[in-house]
Amino acid sequence: MYNFTFHRPTTVRQAAGLLARNPEAKLLAGGHSLLPVMKQRLANPPALVDLSLVEGMSGVELKGRSVVIGAMTRHADVANSKVLQEAMPGLAMVPGSIGDPQVRNRGTIGGSIANNDPNADYPAACLGLGATIVTNKRRIAADDFFTGMFSTALEEGEIIVKVMFPIAKKCAYEKFKHPASGFALVGVFVSKRGPDIRVAVTGAGSNGVFRVKSFEEALKKRFAAKSIEGMTIPATGMNTDIHASAEYRAHLVGVLARRALAKAAA
Amino acid sequence: MPTVSMTVNGKPVTGDVEARTLLVQFLRENLRLTGTHVGCDTSQCGACVIHIDGIAAKSCTTLALQCEGAKVTTIEGLAEANGPLHPMQEAFREHHGLQCGYCTPGMIMAALDIVRRRGNDLDDHTIREQLDGNICRCTGYHNIVKAIKAGAKAMAPGGASRQAAE
Repeated sequence: MYNFTFHRPTTVRQAAGLLARNPEAKLLAGGHSLLPVMKQRLANPPALVDLSLVEGMSGVELKGRSVVIGAMTRHADVANSKVLQEAMPGLAMVPGSIGDPQVRNRGTIGGSIANNDPNADYPAACLGLGATIVTNKRRIAADDFFTGMFSTALEEGEIIVKVMFPIAKKCAYEKFKHPASGFALVGVFVSKRGPDIRVAVTGAGSNGVFRVKSFEEALKKRFAAKSIEGMTIPATGMNTDIHASAEYRAHLVGVLARRALAKAAA
Repeated sequence: MPTVSMTVNGKPVTGDVEARTLLVQFLRENLRLTGTHVGCDTSQCGACVIHIDGIAAKSCTTLALQCEGAKVTTIEGLAEANGPLHPMQEAFREHHGLQCGYCTPGMIMAALDIVRRRGNDLDDHTIREQLDGNICRCTGYHNIVKAIKAGAKAMAPGGASRQAAE
């Protein structure tokens, strides 16, 4: 890892100021994506701005008809949140499936979605629930936030403060976990909130997380695995690597969507 | 060079470190606490697991500077010098939960975190699942699981060798 200067602001304003003065700086949340990449020298930011001392950036709260999760909330704390378990257990399945226990003790929701790894779990939950990403500057709908592999709508100096998830009566996440990395080879988040039905897929698409409109359409009649029985999606645009072919990933999308629907109904 | 201060195994420590210094380097190279190991250096194997403010973390994926002001516990902090072993260490000895021993400090620190989160009465399935982040290349895990089950019981109030965990 190349060396850098290290900053620990205590307010979002200070953090934004540091980013403005150090345009090449990176924000450090849990560090479980950024530090490994820096160790491999794939990233060499001259400055890191650690958000862990910034007050008010972590916690899980119920606000009206939404669950609001602070950007610095660790995966383990989201997965174990009583508030979330009661309001929307389907969302708690997502952080509970990330990495391993030690990774979940450090990694954060804000870090995960800002990084937008094409195999990360949280992007599927954000898109699959129509979440709103709140930054120090504006609110961004999940539909507009994830713009491609490792890229987001975040602008220079923009800091994710919290994520608001509208509460869906029925929702669930199912993933095929890569046995070594713990990332989703494919992961599918399904939700039904009134007439709004969403099926979001991570891990499969070569352009990152995406929605499966054909499944969503078919689920309008009945939000159940049966409604998409036998349905498939084309393998074009799917990732291919040593772990799984595009065809296999496309196949998994159907299988995992049906499993997630069965879970959501349970 | 930045200065970092933290409490390690109950003792306040301070050191001048480069910002890029990992916690595991600080522990091993500055403090000479070499019980914490580096296996993979890519957050997979768990040989470097320590506790930060009572919660298990991989010290190869944490900067020393992120631990400014924190309480860090390593394998060396579990038992008193020349005193009896911590019940979890004793259970690993008793059940031979190791062969080469390289993964053992991380296994034990991870095991204590399992007890913190899941209590003293653990079934095999839970233990195996919760050891997801710790890799042993010798044992096939069988005796590690046995040791953690027994160690967790021994740590319970009224357990065979009750002793403060940390």
